[in-house]
Amino acid sequence: MRERPDFISGTIETPIGPVPGVRSDLSLRDRLGTWKVRWRIGRMSYTVPPGLYALGTPDAASEVLVTANFKLTFDQVRRALPGEHFWILVLDTKGINVWCAAGKGTFGTVELLHQIESTRLADVVGHRRLLLPQLGAPGVAAHRVKKESGFKVLYGPIMARDLPAFIAAGMEAAPEMRRKTFPLGERIVLIPIELIGTLRYLIPVMALFGLLSGLGGPGEYWANVASFGIPGAISLLAGVVAGAVIVPLLLPWLPGRPFSVKGVWPGLAAAGLTFLWLGSGLATLSGCLEAAAWLLMVTTLSAFLGMNFTGSSTYTSLSGVRKEMRIAVPLQVGAAAIGLILWFSSRLTA
Amino acid sequence: MAQLAYLRDVATLSLEAGKCIGCALCEIVCPHAVFAMVEGIAVIGDRDACMECGACARNCPTEAIYVKVGVGCAAAVISDALGIKSACCSVDASEPLENGESASSCGCC
Repeated sequence: MRERPDFISGTIETPIGPVPGVRSDLSLRDRLGTWKVRWRIGRMSYTVPPGLYALGTPDAASEVLVTANFKLTFDQVRRALPGEHFWILVLDTKGINVWCAAGKGTFGTVELLHQIESTRLADVVGHRRLLLPQLGAPGVAAHRVKKESGFKVLYGPIMARDLPAFIAAGMEAAPEMRRKTFPLGERIVLIPIELIGTLRYLIPVMALFGLLSGLGGPGEYWANVASFGIPGAISLLAGVVAGAVIVPLLLPWLPGRPFSVKGVWPGLAAAGLTFLWLGSGLATLSGCLEAAAWLLMVTTLSAFLGMNFTGSSTYTSLSGVRKEMRIAVPLQVGAAAIGLILWFSSRLTA
Repeated sequence: MAQLAYLRDVATLSLEAGKCIGCALCEIVCPHAVFAMVEGIAVIGDRDACMECGACARNCPTEAIYVKVGVGCAAAVISDALGIKSACCSVDASEPLENGESASSCGCC
């Protein structure tokens, strides 16, 4: 038998039978689970079973909150309204948050109609209103839900934490509740995923540079690896920090609208700092070539990672990303290729 | 804090004012306050703020709004160009991915 999840506090009786009740506080295990998901530790799928749940002791007149079955999202909803009484209708979004699932269509009209039907919601509540997160709107056509099920969709605030104020105002959202911002805190929680996603590909590349750098140079193989390969690997790491940490942190203040341009500045800084720290200087031709190579490659890496952060940001359009990439990708490929050639040349002239 | 704004003059958003019945749903669902209601009719204000999520068009009961819907994600554009079906975002949002129980691999979802 499956263990009962610890966010379930019991059941409440309804005309259609017992419905699981959920706690409005987060346990230590819930918080640990959130942290593990952010760092991508353990299983990738972090879901709650779709269906109807009771928060507090709702009755036939209580409002229905609709959400996704990504547990981080579900947790935000149930903790937003302590001491209140609501129904929570969880759609099967395959463990994806509301906004992304709405973009894919899994948080969508069809799935909402399906859950209304399969949970027999119309027999549980006397009214015909559903409260949806505003970011579910890309997937849900309110007029179609009304036509097919009789339920009127009300779009609530973007953030679950604004639900109490929204409800207190008689289901009216203040303008700032309807605007998707991208504040520092939201950018910081994305950094672990950006870092881990990048390092998975980059650690083999760092190792390859390290091993290749033993082949040219004045000393023996491992001496060359130590004097050229390790600084090279650290340069790459600095490029990753620039693109996957500094870009998210400083996003609003980095000059330029295209994200690849935003990535250039921390990339230049990272290349400069690693050169001052570990570079072989500019006294020899090999040193000059090596410095130029890392300047190009580190800056390009940071620009590329900056460009990749468009997917995590909350305000970039596909048309814009395509336009940016038409110019940025050829430049990145070119700069990386020239950087590689310069680096190999530096190894041969050392 | 500095205002976050993406590229100018790229959004594919358009509005056929003659079809608008003034329900204001576009104004409600837009996460970047692109629409405003002027004398009971929707108008596009800050068009450059549009991120092409498609919430407005999806919820417009008279199909007065057009936008080419997509996800502004460079990784998705690359996967698409390489013919890889990404576990995360798909450039073509009209077709939901069948990715079973797997959660996404990028920060966006």
